[in-house]
Formats: sequence, structure tokens, C-alpha cells
Amino acid sequence: MEPGHTFATIGEKVSNIVLKRPISLGWVLGFLIMFSGMNMLLFAMGYLFLKGTGIWGINIPVGWGFAIINFVWWIGIGHAGTLISAILCLLRQTWRNSINRFAEAMTLFAVACAGVFPLVHTGRPWLAYWMFPYPNTMNYWPNFRSPLIWDVFAVSTYFTISLVFWFTGLIPDFATMRDRAEHPLTRGIYGILAMGWRGSARHWHRYETAYLLLAGLATPLVLSVHTVVSFDFAISIVPGWHTTIFPPYFVAGAIYSGFAMVLCLAIPIRAIYGLEDFITMRHLENSGKVMLATGLIVAYGYGIEAFMGWYSGNQFDSMLMWNRLHGPYAFWYLSLLTSNILIPQLLWMKKFRTSTFWLWVISLIVLVGMWLERFIIIVVSLHRDFLNSSWGMYYPTKWDWMTYTGTIGMFLTAMWLFVRILPMVSISELRTLLPEAHVHEAEEVRR
Amino acid sequence: MSESSVYGLMAEFDSAQELVAAAHRTHDAGYHKVDAFSPFPIEGLAEAIGFHKNRVPFVVLVGGIIGGLSGYLLQYYVAAITYPTNIGGRPYHSWPSFIIVTFEMTILFAGLSAVFGMLALNGLPMPYHPVFNVPEFKKASENGFFLVVFSTDPKYDDARTREFLKGLAPRMISEVPS
Repeated sequence: MEPGHTFATIGEKVSNIVLKRPISLGWVLGFLIMFSGMNMLLFAMGYLFLKGTGIWGINIPVGWGFAIINFVWWIGIGHAGTLISAILCLLRQTWRNSINRFAEAMTLFAVACAGVFPLVHTGRPWLAYWMFPYPNTMNYWPNFRSPLIWDVFAVSTYFTISLVFWFTGLIPDFATMRDRAEHPLTRGIYGILAMGWRGSARHWHRYETAYLLLAGLATPLVLSVHTVVSFDFAISIVPGWHTTIFPPYFVAGAIYSGFAMVLCLAIPIRAIYGLEDFITMRHLENSGKVMLATGLIVAYGYGIEAFMGWYSGNQFDSMLMWNRLHGPYAFWYLSLLTSNILIPQLLWMKKFRTSTFWLWVISLIVLVGMWLERFIIIVVSLHRDFLNSSWGMYYPTKWDWMTYTGTIGMFLTAMWLFVRILPMVSISELRTLLPEAHVHEAEEVRR
Repeated sequence: MSESSVYGLMAEFDSAQELVAAAHRTHDAGYHKVDAFSPFPIEGLAEAIGFHKNRVPFVVLVGGIIGGLSGYLLQYYVAAITYPTNIGGRPYHSWPSFIIVTFEMTILFAGLSAVFGMLALNGLPMPYHPVFNVPEFKKASENGFFLVVFSTDPKYDDARTREFLKGLAPRMISEVPS
């Protein structure tokens, strides 16, 4: 955080974005665009429910098309939020205090977008509750040996814990908003959300314990979620999926794309809302470094995949690698290598890490690259089946694209509303960063 | 003392440092029904007012154990007792497949216990509280540091407690109506 702030100015600056700042024309226009994107999603889903998944490009042999690609992509993006809020909290990286709130919001919205896909991919989403174990008159229970059921538990737990973690962090800030709000209605709403928080020392003590424990619980949780997602693939016998490197490589990829999304959002938001004092160049640079590190882990994953294609001596595994490089989707595989491995190497140079323009562009490229990675994993592995007679191609339809871009609209609609409704930087956590917040050792000695 | 119309006496301090020092001195002076309020967590403040029994970790542990056990037993009951199905020739009690759901249920129950346990132990939600009657208390979520001595404290006496608090050099002293 930049110097010159006091307890009051932090609260004022952050809460004024919500309470005082007039709604600008740019915000309204942006909201309308994003909201129409979200409506496109609803339209595509409405037609899907009417006609069935036949309107999509999926067919045999490629039965997992855009729906699963987008599911994995969105849930991966969510991972950075939990990494920032939980893992960096445990590691006492206090710089995270400025970006954790909106990164957590990003997690929630991304997981919500992710959740749409497996649900509609079932074909009959109104029966999705069959996936949950509950006593029923059909005398039927789910199969707990299936990775798809593990996914149901992992993703729903992840969403629930992310939500309560986010809400817990918001409680003291709701109290600040309640006390700063002038309109009785605003005060009432924030008052209800604050639940009567009054900053008692006993409350803070329990609050901090609960928050730390949540961070400790969310840390293995976030690592488990993408591990479980990778099990959807790794437990099968499809070449290109059946590998033990998938869990760590998926988790690294998830954090990679998540930090790219954090940068994509943080760079414009801090400029528009004048938050440069709180979200400093150091935050952006650190995020760039995390991207570089996780990007290298992902590159290692690609390397091992290629190595195993040769070393296993298995003709189907070798065929997969050959097909990635020379098959009908070779252009996309090379684009993936360029955008996920080659271009992010620019981040070694401080000049690129400290330029908001370049960071933003590289993040965008990484987001596209990580989407391509899931496309390659799913489509290239499936389209060449074991028998030549069942080879095929995958072509997404306009409904696939509408659903995909529609979820981007839904995600940004939620972000758009979030920045105007909730304090997007944690006020109480920022305050603890000020030197005045720390009681010096001398006090203890004087006693 | 419970029939008293006064909830307690509130003193406001200028900084976190002064609040902790004042809390120590108040506690040392024999006042034990005391609370301190601040806009952010202050290290050592809870200890200063004599708060040591934090039961949140215990609640979380119990929640986690319940979650893990119920997750595993549910799967065992479903896969081995009530709905046994042959999946790829695996035994009905194929415990390695049950680890993930057990783990997720442990985290889910422990996490929810952390949040709801913390709220319940704190007595929240509590929309009305006497301290909110003091107009200056608005600053407790901003930049105010407050100490309250409850009138239920056996040592509490309107005049003498006020004298004592004055000795701590607060910015202001105010009576909290109950």
C-alpha cells in the first residue's frame, strides 16, 4: 500500500466507490453489453432445454465438447482467488490484503459459470439432483466409485466454502459500510448483512481464529478441486488423459489462468476506480511472477506428455503426440504452445512485468492459451479413437459459442454489480497493514 | 446491579496502543466484565481484557470429524449395504474410491462449523446492542478505539469507575444506557 493513509481514509476511499460515486455512463453501457451477453446464455440454454444437446457440436467420438472445456477453464480461473485468499494468508503474504476481496468474488462468479456446464451437459438438467445421495422412492443411490460423483462433491464444497469464506471476510466491512451509509435504506441493508458486528475484542479473537482455520481448510480444498477435475480424465483409459501427471499439472494450469484473470480484471479496475494506492505495481508484478512460475510448471507438464508419448513405447500414446503436432488440430496445438509457453517468457523481464499494458495483453493471451489447452486435451484425445473406423472431427455450433460467450457475459455482469455494491478491497484487512495498527513490544515491557 | 438503567461506562482512546494499555490497566485494577472495541483486530487486546477461552478450534475439529465420518459411512452404507453394484469387478467396500468424498465432506463440515460456530459463539446476528446508543460508537468501525466497563461488574460504581477511567486519559467518557 502507498504511504499517507490513515484508518479513516482507507474506509472512506473504499466505501465511497459504493456509497458516493455516481453511476457513470460508461458503467451503464458496459453493464448493458454484459447483461445482454448473459441473456444470450439464457436464450441458448432455453433452446437447449427445448431441443436437447443435439444442437451442440458434440457427437461420437467427441462426446465432451465445449461444455467440459469451458467447465474446466472456468473452474481453473476460480482457483487463483482461493490461492490469494487462503494460501497467501497462511504464508503471511500481507500484500494479498488489497486484492483478496475481488479475487474471491472472481472465484465465486467463475465457479458459478463453471457449474452451468456439467449441469446442462447432462441433457436433462431438471434431474440433476439425482447426483446427490438422498433416500428416494426409486431406491436408487449414486455410484461413489465414479469420478463424476467426486466432481459433484468437490465443486459444490468448493463453491460453498468459497462463499462462506468471502462472506466472513465481508462482515467487518459491512459494519463499516453500515456506519458510513447516509441513506436509511442502504444503512438498513448493510446493517442486516453486518449482523450487528461491533468490533468487540472477543469477537475479533474468535473471528481471526475462524478465518485462519478457513484459510487452512480452503488450501487443501483448492488443490483437491482441480485434482478431482483432472481425475475425470486421468481415471479413464483414453490416451492423453490416462496419466499420473494430470493432478499437479491441472492445479498449476488452474492457478496460471486464474492469475491471468486477476490481472485482466485488476488492471482496468484500479485505473477506473483510482485504487492505485491499494493495488500497487507490486501486486501486479507479483501476480506476473506467479504466472511465470506456474506457466513453467505447465510447460513441464507438456514436456512430460511429449516424453511419455515416446518413452512409453505405446503406439496409441505415440500416435497422440504425433497427431497433436501433425493432425488436423496441429495449428491449435502450436498456438497453445505459443500463448502458454513462449509469450509468457517475456515476464522474465522487469520491463514487461511492470508495464500494465503488457501484463494485460500477456494475461489475455494466457487466458486464450489455457482455453486452448483444455480444447486440445479433450478434442484431440477423443477425435482419434482406437479404431480408424470411429475417427471423427469436432465442430462447435453457434449454440456452443453462444453458451460460452454467454457465460463470459454472466461472469462480467456479476463483476460489474459487485464493484458497485460491495467494498471491493477489504477495509479491515488493509487497516491492519498500517504501522499504527500494531501494538509495540515496548508496551508489554512497560507493564 | 441488573436493575440498573446503565449498561456500562464507555471510554474512547486515540490509538490501538493506548487501548491495549488501558485494557491491561483496567483488568489489573480488578474489572473483569469489560469489553474493548476496535475497527480491526488488535493483537493482544483479547488477552488484555482476560479473554482466553476460544472454543472455535474445538467446534471446527468436531465439525470436521462429523463430516469425515458421515461422508465415509454414507458411502460404505450405499456401496456395500443398501445398493451394492459391481463396478469393474471392484469389491463393494472399495475404500480408495471413497477417500475423495470423505475428504470433501470433512472440509465442508469443518468450514461451515468455523463460520457458524464463530457467529454463534459471538452471539451474532444481534441487530440491537446497547453500545450502539452512544453516538460516538459509530467510529468503532472507522478509527475509534473503545473500552466499556459493564455495570454488572461487581466492582462497578458509577462515580468511582468514572474516576478510574478518567485516570486512563481517554478522549471522552460516556455512559451507555441499557
